[in-house]
Amino acid sequence: MSNDIGEKTRAEAFMLPAEHPIQLIDENGAVQSAANSSGEPYTMPDDQELLAAYEKLVAGRRVNDQAGALVRQGKLAVYPSSHGQEACQVAAAVVLSKQDWLFPTYRDTVAVMSRGVNPVEVLTLLRGTWHAGYNPYEFNVATQATPLATQLLHAVGVAHAAKLKGEDTVVLAMCGDGATSEGDFHEALNFAAVFHVPVVFFVQNNEYAISVPLKNQSVAPSLAHKAVGYGMPGERVDGNDLAALLSVLGHAVDRARAGGGPFLVEAHTYRMQAHTNADDATRYRTDEEVQKWVSRDPVSRMQTYLSARNMFDDDAVAAIAASAEDIASALRDGMNSEPEVDPEDLFRYVYSKPTPQLQEQAAMLREEISRENSGA
Amino acid sequence: MTAVTETAAPATTTLTFAKALTAALGDAMEADKSVVMFGEDVGPLGGVFRITDGLTKRFGEERCFDTPLAEAGIMGMAVGMAMNGMRPVVEMQFDAFAYPAFEQVVSHVAKMANRTKGQVRLPMVIRIPYAGGIGGVEHHCDSSESYYVHTPGLTVVAPSTVADAYTMLREAIELNDPVVFLEPKKLYWSKEQVDLEALRAKFDGGEPDDDASIGRAVIAREGTDATLIAYGPSVPTAIAAAEAAAEEGRSLQVIDIRSIVPFDDETVTNAVRKTGRAVVIAEASGFASVASEIVARVQERCFHSLAAPVLRVTGFDIPYPAPKLEHWHLPSVDRILDAVDDLQWED
Repeated sequence: MSNDIGEKTRAEAFMLPAEHPIQLIDENGAVQSAANSSGEPYTMPDDQELLAAYEKLVAGRRVNDQAGALVRQGKLAVYPSSHGQEACQVAAAVVLSKQDWLFPTYRDTVAVMSRGVNPVEVLTLLRGTWHAGYNPYEFNVATQATPLATQLLHAVGVAHAAKLKGEDTVVLAMCGDGATSEGDFHEALNFAAVFHVPVVFFVQNNEYAISVPLKNQSVAPSLAHKAVGYGMPGERVDGNDLAALLSVLGHAVDRARAGGGPFLVEAHTYRMQAHTNADDATRYRTDEEVQKWVSRDPVSRMQTYLSARNMFDDDAVAAIAASAEDIASALRDGMNSEPEVDPEDLFRYVYSKPTPQLQEQAAMLREEISRENSGA
Repeated sequence: MTAVTETAAPATTTLTFAKALTAALGDAMEADKSVVMFGEDVGPLGGVFRITDGLTKRFGEERCFDTPLAEAGIMGMAVGMAMNGMRPVVEMQFDAFAYPAFEQVVSHVAKMANRTKGQVRLPMVIRIPYAGGIGGVEHHCDSSESYYVHTPGLTVVAPSTVADAYTMLREAIELNDPVVFLEPKKLYWSKEQVDLEALRAKFDGGEPDDDASIGRAVIAREGTDATLIAYGPSVPTAIAAAEAAAEEGRSLQVIDIRSIVPFDDETVTNAVRKTGRAVVIAEASGFASVASEIVARVQERCFHSLAAPVLRVTGFDIPYPAPKLEHWHLPSVDRILDAVDDLQWED
């Protein structure tokens, strides 16, 4: 397999992340300038692009809150919330074109719905009626991965196949900071670099892997610096700055599409809530620490910026909120409907054609259910 | 038909098990350009057992290529390629070298179709040179089939004949489900007379027909007194035992399971009901093994036809031995004949 990255591989300055995480809008909504380590500036997305993304941001926040409420009502078994990480979620989806692929994790519900998948279908896994609730081929969104980092290799495979077929496809693969400790993270980045395939690896560093802080995962200068070891560029970005995320991820996607190979982006963000509703975050972090991140909130930051740009008045803000409320309402309705499960499905999809043994077991279960239903 | 009578080419040629696999891969890649082959040293070298010999030269380095030395990477990349329209065939260099890929196999390869209600199927083949008997050092001789057969969603086959090596590999590549294809290393150099053109003709187009080898056991040798049940590397040993028994006047039937999942209960059950006695033979350690499963299935289905308990001849429950000791571990003709002698003939 040809490998034409030779010169670039030796250009360390080209691949090292910039000195500070890329930020285009600070926590007060003020504009900042930022450039990569070669001095090339990251450009501010235009207002319309930001406004469209902001609408998804608000919807994402609303769905996070709604899903949390559904857990408390017993409608969802569990929900790993991306509250506080919505800018990462939205950016990961909107930088991609229709033919591209997104590989999300279990915490990336908002990214999946931002790509077009119905939130009711996204939450099938957490509702407990099946494993994957949407057709991956409908929006080119892979199933949400629960095992850590394993999906990054699938992303490399999809990109590799696309390259062999001559298709114009970029793959964006998501994982968290904890997943960078897994062997599959290493293998995926190495394979992507060696085969020079169009994959953007997107690490949401939210500081915690359940309870374990980042300092116990890695003492690398940053997670983005790991890219250099594989021969690909890396960049850090303020993960609560939607504009910076769109700019950096957009650059990485464009570069991959143009044949530049893989790219590693680390977004510095924070998991505002516990790992899931089953977790107790007070056992491993202080309220003071959490409060520091409140002022860095991605939603209010973007609202401040867009207001200052006169992109919306109070009516427009209300309309965006109402639209998010409609999505939440549809989600509630979907979750309140009686779940439909079919015991025959247990055996139907294990093989293209059920084995004789599975046919026997299906018949046995059918018989049991029939006896139960007849009260025997 | 031509009007001129020519000297007909011999219908059969002598082929090794290894060359049959190479032919199957080459023919499958010729027939379908979505078939790609990759793994460690499978490119210009042709694999450490030379199974991919010549494929890179013939089909180019995009179709048969070397990967970085990382089995989870190979397996995970194959999953993604299968998701995106390819039919990857991957080689795990040796049985025990496949273990780093285990999470990918169990959590993704095996489950993807079920998780997605059949929307994402993974047509991929995991080739594994497996089992012992070649004097290999540790980590090169494991009989790892139980790990795979215990994982719902995987089809697991272990051919023992040259013809099956060709046919079952072609079938595995054409199947829309993932297949673990176990290649008994000690049989790589075994030879048979086969009609390769006739074998190829089965794959000349159209859907795989009802006489598919995957899912069906075969009677490798007819016999009436007892049934020897084996698969993969143990089949030739079972046949040798049956030949030795015949000299002593005892007629042993041999069944070649060849497809462990799906398992052909029908063929096994019908056979054992006729003979009333059975011995299951496998190289793998016997505890909680494929041999144990076969014994359980036979007892459940043939109890009233059995004249004796079904016995097992398996490897000991030990890590695979060093080369100078492996002959004590592996099922032998003598050990099989001893088990047959124990089938309560005097009752």
